[in-house]
Amino acid sequence: MNKNFILYAVILIFGLAAPFLFPAFKVQLSILCVLIVLATTWNIQGGEMGYNSFGNILFYGLGMYLCASVQVGMFFPLAEWTESGGEKTFVHTPTQFFQGMAVGLVVAALVPTIVAGLIGYSILGLRGHYFAICTLGLGVAAGEISGGIEIIGAGQGFTTPPFPNVGSLEARGEFFYFLSFFTLVLTFIAVRSIYSTRFKLILNAIRDNEDKAEAMGIETMKYKIIGWMISAFFCGLAGGIMGGLVGYIDSTDVAFDGREMGVFMVLMAILGGKGTLWGPIIGATIFHIFKEGFWTFFLGWQYVALGVLIVVIVIYFPEGIMGWLREKYPERFGEVVDEKDRKAQVELK
Amino acid sequence: MDFLVFQYPMITLQACLDGILLGVLFALIAYGMALQWGVMNIINIAQGDLVILGGYIAYFMYLYGIHPAWGVIVAPVIMYFVGIAIYKLVINKVVDRDLFISILATFGISILFMQLMNFAFGADVVLANSGYGTTMLFDNNVVLPNSKIFSAFISIVFAICLVIYMKKSKLGRAIRATAQNARAAKILGVDTEKVYAATFGINAALCGVAGALISITFTIHPYMGLPYTIRSFMIVIVAGLGNLPGVAMSGMGLGVFEEFADYILGTEFRIGSVFLLLVLILVYRRFKLSRKREYLK
Repeated sequence: MNKNFILYAVILIFGLAAPFLFPAFKVQLSILCVLIVLATTWNIQGGEMGYNSFGNILFYGLGMYLCASVQVGMFFPLAEWTESGGEKTFVHTPTQFFQGMAVGLVVAALVPTIVAGLIGYSILGLRGHYFAICTLGLGVAAGEISGGIEIIGAGQGFTTPPFPNVGSLEARGEFFYFLSFFTLVLTFIAVRSIYSTRFKLILNAIRDNEDKAEAMGIETMKYKIIGWMISAFFCGLAGGIMGGLVGYIDSTDVAFDGREMGVFMVLMAILGGKGTLWGPIIGATIFHIFKEGFWTFFLGWQYVALGVLIVVIVIYFPEGIMGWLREKYPERFGEVVDEKDRKAQVELK
Repeated sequence: MDFLVFQYPMITLQACLDGILLGVLFALIAYGMALQWGVMNIINIAQGDLVILGGYIAYFMYLYGIHPAWGVIVAPVIMYFVGIAIYKLVINKVVDRDLFISILATFGISILFMQLMNFAFGADVVLANSGYGTTMLFDNNVVLPNSKIFSAFISIVFAICLVIYMKKSKLGRAIRATAQNARAAKILGVDTEKVYAATFGINAALCGVAGALISITFTIHPYMGLPYTIRSFMIVIVAGLGNLPGVAMSGMGLGVFEEFADYILGTEFRIGSVFLLLVLILVYRRFKLSRKREYLK
């Protein structure tokens, strides 16, 4: 416990100091925070509950659109804003910007949660691959449909309000970094406290054998919906922040980007290790470093690399980093290993 | 819907005919998907990308001055070997694993193919002009391109050939035996590894035929693969595995649905409506099945 406390303190201090230590990487660090949030929350229902969803991108994109529309719609007519394509006919004052952002983020977190609750009953009754394909369809459908709605910019995209002129030039990056870092800390605390309760055991029971869990008297549907709603809450929040950070929302390339973000979150969680607390965090960090390196040095080939990476990870490394560590050093994870078993394993190898 | 039927009978007829001709093509792709799903228990997300790749083969023949209709012969031959290669490299490592693993692995292949095609063939929407002209029906009110009729005809021919092949030939019998019980087939001397490879190859070849036909009748684009995967998946779950008339009927139904969605909602919602229909069908299926689920497995 004591050791963990020091670890958390070190990470927290590092996180708070990071934008001043690496001023050039502020945007990258903010994106990393958002990615970690997405991977961690995907892990709640993908890893712990065993419901592998490609559709969490739905909540992410929904949050992105909602946050930006609320931020604009609170002060200006939304239709005219999108029609002007981000020209400076309307300018947010700093107060308006931050007020709008605050209300927008609350809406961006709550509405996806409600949506998840509403569709949860019908969708979460699907098992296995039917669930995976259904959520894949949901994500793509949301992208295609939002690309046809005029008021949020349809095919030409939606420019989010530009950051107001306050203080120094660094203010924008610092604002978004601390916003996303705060969300990350919030997510981590929430997920960690969830994982120390009975709720996590119920989710694991659902993953291991849903029918038996039901026979044991657990209302599996209720817990599945709650698990998905928690995911949706943080995905929406992350989407809202990312919308402001990118500054431009396109239906299929930024918001409901199943080909990038939707796969990334699955891949990060698997790379780190499904069903562990630290796995998605480690996976997201490694993945982000790899991705940025590749995006910079092999521009154009990134999707080829991504495709190969998915295949390689899935085939040769499905347990992830944490799973590999667990197999190698089981004592560290609190598992007692019999000496005889160990010897037998060594002999086998 | 009846306002449309009575007020604009010709548009309705046009949409139905277009939809049926289109649906036959979907059914051909879905048949391939049902085959590999039934035999290997794999859902191939890259199905649509194989279709598009087949389309590009026909398109390149067209560019080099060969009539694209010959693509119907050439594309499946090339695609068969592409399918075998994919099987040897990736699929045989995920055959016995969790279904989600195979979905994710084929998703990776799909992204890879999309981008490679984008590099190789460019990001333009292309079509191979067959120069077949059009057929006018009912006082020129209904316009049917001959290429659509041709593609539907060829799809039916290929489907019938395949059904006969599966029924009569030795490999077809081995494939059906493996689908029924892989372990028993192995005991009785069927080389299941070979059967799996052949199944995936035949599936890819079917995709090649469908792709060549699509490049003649419609347009192809490197990123247009996923809707074809979703369509074939939808057709298979509506029809059930191994139900060939069902696959044909639900394929045509989907085609008609799409044409009507196109007319009523507008072209920009066409793909979206397909994906929404998938979600609705799965949800309907879940409620229908949950009524039957009374015992624990």
